[in-house]
Amino acid sequence: MRIENNILVKLKDVGLKRNDKWLVKGVSLVVEKGKIITLIGPNGSGKSTTAKIALGLHKNIEGEVQKLTDKIGYVPQKISIDWTLPLRVKDFMLLTDDLNDKLIDEALTLTGVDHLKNKNLGNLSGGEFQRVLLARAISKKPELLVLDEPVQGVDFTGEIALYELIKKISENLNCGILLISHDLHTVMSATDHVVCLNGHVCCSGSPLDVAKNKEYKALFGEKASQTLSIYEHKHDHVHSSDGEIKKN
Amino acid sequence: MFDDFFIRAIFAGIGIAFVTGPLGCFVVWRRLSYFGDTLAHSALLGVTIAYSLDFNIAVSIFFISSAIALILIQLQRKTNLPSDALLGLLAHSSLAVGLVVIGFLTFIRFDIMGLLFGDILAVNKKDLFIIWFGGALILIVLKLIWKPLFASTVNYELAEAEGLNPDKAKAIFTVLLAALIAISIKLVGVLLITGMLIIPTAMARNLSDNPKKMVVFSIIGGLLSVFIGLFSSLEFNTPSGPSIIAAALFLFIISLFKIKQTIQLKN
Repeated sequence: MRIENNILVKLKDVGLKRNDKWLVKGVSLVVEKGKIITLIGPNGSGKSTTAKIALGLHKNIEGEVQKLTDKIGYVPQKISIDWTLPLRVKDFMLLTDDLNDKLIDEALTLTGVDHLKNKNLGNLSGGEFQRVLLARAISKKPELLVLDEPVQGVDFTGEIALYELIKKISENLNCGILLISHDLHTVMSATDHVVCLNGHVCCSGSPLDVAKNKEYKALFGEKASQTLSIYEHKHDHVHSSDGEIKKN
Repeated sequence: MFDDFFIRAIFAGIGIAFVTGPLGCFVVWRRLSYFGDTLAHSALLGVTIAYSLDFNIAVSIFFISSAIALILIQLQRKTNLPSDALLGLLAHSSLAVGLVVIGFLTFIRFDIMGLLFGDILAVNKKDLFIIWFGGALILIVLKLIWKPLFASTVNYELAEAEGLNPDKAKAIFTVLLAALIAISIKLVGVLLITGMLIIPTAMARNLSDNPKKMVVFSIIGGLLSVFIGLFSSLEFNTPSGPSIIAAALFLFIISLFKIKQTIQLKN
């Protein structure tokens, strides 16, 4: 029974068809509290589609979706803010929930962009904007986080720091995370469970199992399975977004 | 106090400006200006139906505009025509049908210019009541749907994923827009109500760095436009609607200097 209670989202044999073409088919996965599930796969393999199905954004799907939480934080893959809408970072933080200043500051500090609180959203760089998106998603302390390529455009050191942050969030908040990425190496070291997609689930399991899997190698090449170990190192310090080393 | 037609017009204008401010912001943010135009054009059909059936004008406009909005949504689903073509189709055909019906109603004398461009003399105490009561209702409902409407204006999927209901908010907003047009036709007229929604908001955009400020400036811009417009309408004997819109344009032009300044500051 306890295991059942930990489930946040359950997809069972889910598929989506658009214009007589299957975007994804036969996908089953479970996101549990405190666990990180990563979806990997080449472009057009249905990663974002699967995440959107889990969020209930697609109608007319095949199969079964069970969503057992309403406290959701979402970082979409693409988001464009129209210049006709003047929006500061702190306005954006309040978009779907009424948060107090303390929660907003906390989240922005965690992702290293607290100094941008009063800046206009349109004036941020790609990486800064991505950090704000992540801060917004975690600020409401969700039970389920769906992160669609959350570190795109973030510099390399920032990328590692953010992945570490994501891992920390899943532990501290005991929330389940559905993560989409295609930078294999960094992701693989911070994940509990990997689902490799290519229109269908081509393999899944622990990062090591997947890295050894034949289909995975066929999809990403021999090199990919070797990269895993390279980035599995411990950081003994933290960088802020401008590269300064922070003491903690 | 409300026995003087000019006082009535001023108070009608104040009531309308309070509603066009926030609604106008959403019209601009969601790129609905042509949609607003279409609803307004269809209002003329509502007026003719009200006259021929001896029915309340505001209520009739409200129902016709809402119906046109529903027809538009259906056409968007069922045809392959782009939205702007469908909007043009509905706007001009409902305007045309409205004018044709007026041609048939020879037993009633119409002030077509008044319908198209507004007529301050036409605002009576009952209209004033409809404007203030209806306007308050519109603002209350807007306040209730603000969060989902605003969130989905920024990003639809994000709002839906995090448990808000964007489709419902959008549908309600459409109804609010129809209601605003229904209460403001007499003062501003069919052809110019979209201007009242957009021009003070455009001015506000030039002066604001956040959404709340933009709403407030938009209301202030609307109020100033009403005052300047109505007083000059009285002074120069010009139609009320165009005078209000011309005043709004004047304010917009002044606001352009403010952007120029901030751009210079940045450099």
